[in-house]
Amino acid sequence: MTDVTAAALEQAAARGPIGASPGRARLRELGFKALLLSCLGASMLLLGTLLVTIGADGLSRVSLDFITEYPSIVADKAGIWPALLGTLWLMAVCAGFIIPVGVATAIYLEEYADSSRWYNRAIEVNIQNLAAVPSIVYGILGLAFLVRGPLSLGNVVLAGGLTLGLLVLPVVIIAGREAIRAVPPSIREGSMALGATQWQTIWRQVLPAAIPGVATGVILALSRAIGETAPLIMVGAAVFVTSEPDLMSRFSALPIQIFDWISRPSNDVNDYAALAAGGIVVLMILLLGMNAVAIWLRNRYEQKW
Amino acid sequence: MEAASTTSARATPALGVARRRLGEDAIRGLLLLAALISILTTTGIVLSLAGEAWTFFQEVGVNDFLFGTEWSPIIKPQSFGVLPLVSGTFLVTAIALAVAIPLGLGSAIYLSEYATPRVRKVVKPVLELLAGVPTIVFGYFALTFFTPNLLIDILHFDVSVFNALSAGIIMGFMVIPTVASVSEDAMSAVPGSLREGSFGLGASRLQTSLRVVFPAALSGIVAAVVLGASRAIGETMIVLVAAGQIAELSADPRNPMYTMTSYIAAIGKGDLATGSLQYKTIFAVGALLFVITLVLNAISIRFVRRYRQVYE
Amino acid sequence: MAKQMTEPHRQHQRDTERPPRHSPSETSLDVGSAVLEGRPRHGTRSGRKAIFELEGVDVAYSGKTAVRNITFDVAENEITALIGPSGCGKSTLLRCLNRMNDLVPGATVEGRIEYHGQDLYGASVDPVEVRKRIGMVFQKPNPFPKSIYDNIAFGPRVLGMKGDMDQLVEAALRRAALWDDVKDRLKDNAFGMSGGQQQRLCIARALATGPDVILMDEPCSALDPISTGKIEDLMMELRESYAIVIVTHNMQQAARVSDMTAFFTVELEDEGASRTGRVVEFDETEKIFTNPADPRTEAYVTGKVG
Repeated sequence: MTDVTAAALEQAAARGPIGASPGRARLRELGFKALLLSCLGASMLLLGTLLVTIGADGLSRVSLDFITEYPSIVADKAGIWPALLGTLWLMAVCAGFIIPVGVATAIYLEEYADSSRWYNRAIEVNIQNLAAVPSIVYGILGLAFLVRGPLSLGNVVLAGGLTLGLLVLPVVIIAGREAIRAVPPSIREGSMALGATQWQTIWRQVLPAAIPGVATGVILALSRAIGETAPLIMVGAAVFVTSEPDLMSRFSALPIQIFDWISRPSNDVNDYAALAAGGIVVLMILLLGMNAVAIWLRNRYEQKW
Repeated sequence: MEAASTTSARATPALGVARRRLGEDAIRGLLLLAALISILTTTGIVLSLAGEAWTFFQEVGVNDFLFGTEWSPIIKPQSFGVLPLVSGTFLVTAIALAVAIPLGLGSAIYLSEYATPRVRKVVKPVLELLAGVPTIVFGYFALTFFTPNLLIDILHFDVSVFNALSAGIIMGFMVIPTVASVSEDAMSAVPGSLREGSFGLGASRLQTSLRVVFPAALSGIVAAVVLGASRAIGETMIVLVAAGQIAELSADPRNPMYTMTSYIAAIGKGDLATGSLQYKTIFAVGALLFVITLVLNAISIRFVRRYRQVYE
Repeated sequence: MAKQMTEPHRQHQRDTERPPRHSPSETSLDVGSAVLEGRPRHGTRSGRKAIFELEGVDVAYSGKTAVRNITFDVAENEITALIGPSGCGKSTLLRCLNRMNDLVPGATVEGRIEYHGQDLYGASVDPVEVRKRIGMVFQKPNPFPKSIYDNIAFGPRVLGMKGDMDQLVEAALRRAALWDDVKDRLKDNAFGMSGGQQQRLCIARALATGPDVILMDEPCSALDPISTGKIEDLMMELRESYAIVIVTHNMQQAARVSDMTAFFTVELEDEGASRTGRVVEFDETEKIFTNPADPRTEAYVTGKVG
């Protein structure tokens, strides 16, 4: 018997009979588990506190008047109508951009691109990098190229919508690729064997099967886009818009209006903070609704192969 | 002349040239064009930043910019040292990471090693909800609740209304979902056989998690932290709302301070003349910000690739 | 009920019922007019008109040879079986017949494959056109995630076929012996069908475009014996109007249904580093199973090797 074995046996004997776990180890185990749970709990606590305080501050503010009124210096009369419209317009322009471009890119990368070619790999790396660029940099891009510079659209809805579109495009591309990849190759084979061309196969078999996944991705992208403030600041979203927005008009948006109200010091006469909270409530309801639709879509239409 | 064969529904086939091929090529070309938009975007970002930043550095020396300690682009005497902005960014990011790393990793370890499927079903949506809250909402919360009620009233910290501490802590919570999900991914990728080997030797779950799983997933965890840092550095609204607008080189988080991002947004709000030096500061600071996040992103991708390679 | 491995009686009955359409002497030696009239250059073994003629066909993937020097033909109104152990390239060869191998990057085909006398791999030949005329049924049934009706109608729609779609769909389903089963639920999703029904649906789908050849790649290997029997019966019916080429692992199946059989084997070279498939013997099925010429064929059909 070697020394190592003898020493190990001694220690084992010292540990005592099986079944008698030392209390200290169990305590440590429980303590650790509690520590981990408290990490989770801290996040939940913060989220809960956030929702409760905003609800308390803002829910009372939300009314039909609030939604349909224009903003005003007089806090009691102020509303979010142009901001809400602006957000909806931005959503529309953004969707009009990201759906065709995002889906087309996803189709190209999954069905046509030979990944051994350098330019196709460059496109993929590009998309990965773009997903990590700070949102304000997209705002700078929009300012330099869309608002001023080559396109010189001005501080208009189209510029804002396209800027947001560029920001969330990677989300749609990634979701689209996953949805297309999920369609099994046997479906493509069956279609090609019947004499369909590659595009006919994609358009009539692959895409229809991938639509639920793509739609979910689009909705998630849009809900990210309408919560963004920094890019809209850079492309010159206004605060006091006097008329309903148009594609080529100045515009406001919910986050911008909220930001403006937060920036104004409140006093006894005008409680801007409450207005901001009210605006946040409307924004969160909008976001919640969109995410609920996305989840419903996924559950209802997801194809099980 | 033979009678028509009943086996073919058609006449003798002419396996002719594809007229169709032209349409197929056109479609492929269109799709490639769409895919190139992502390249165009990157090119646009790089061009706009590099171009204007270059002309900026013609007037303001690169060294003055990178190492100067006074940032006063509008108020005379003008000074363009970016260090106050950079230090503001790093201070807020450090505070955010001090919150996000322990809480995020703790959550990740719990989800990966301890949680039952039922618990995960409840917890994961909560984390996703946290990730989906718009940053302006976090900013509002920091300014109107966290600073006055928690820091000042309850904890009696001696902070100004606008301060970096509040912004940093709230930003930390915003970053938790990123850190938690990427590191949980990495830990889940560790094969069960490693855990079983450890349990088989009589190790507790605590020992297994910390001594076996955690080191095995280390490159993924590093990636998660780097990604979280990148997000914190690039974040604008929380600091813009809660940390105030003063450019001061200071390590005291109780004071207000600009970060690179909040400066860009603050000055972007105004209507600056194209070509003015103040306008160009947007691009100079933006370029610095872009480079920093690009480098961090590249590092994190490297680490992700490492852990994916090992286990998949 | 134990079945003999070969069923000579049944084979014999078939042969006397169906006289060949061409007498072997009627082959045209004039290549030009043969191409114009769509007649084969050489006669087939059975004397029936040749749909496919393969000569010296080599298939390689990225330089590695998969099958070498394949020579046989496929005649109309016949079932030709490709049998042999796994990995000897039967499916590879089958997929060359409708140019599905084009979809595999790095796949090359040498030698000559003629379809109705035309070079299938000629420079001006469009693979899409080829696949319109040759149907394929896969090993695992792969219906589209659409209704039964839309599954059948997909081919004709995509090919731009004119005519009453309802009639087309019904005709295809009748030919596949599926009409009675599904006529009341044409709008139901195809995924709700059983495996055997799905495979018959795939056969009907292939028939709907009006091909003259059906290629079947182990069509019954994923099915239960009863469905297998139904599909084998279906094959015998379809033989009246189509040429069928079937790859099968099931020797008894080949013996039951096919008229001609090609036996494939694998040759190992470089001490097992490269595996190349070859046709050892191609003859009437009865001969292959009762009196094979090559000892390797005999070893396989008597079950000495697997």
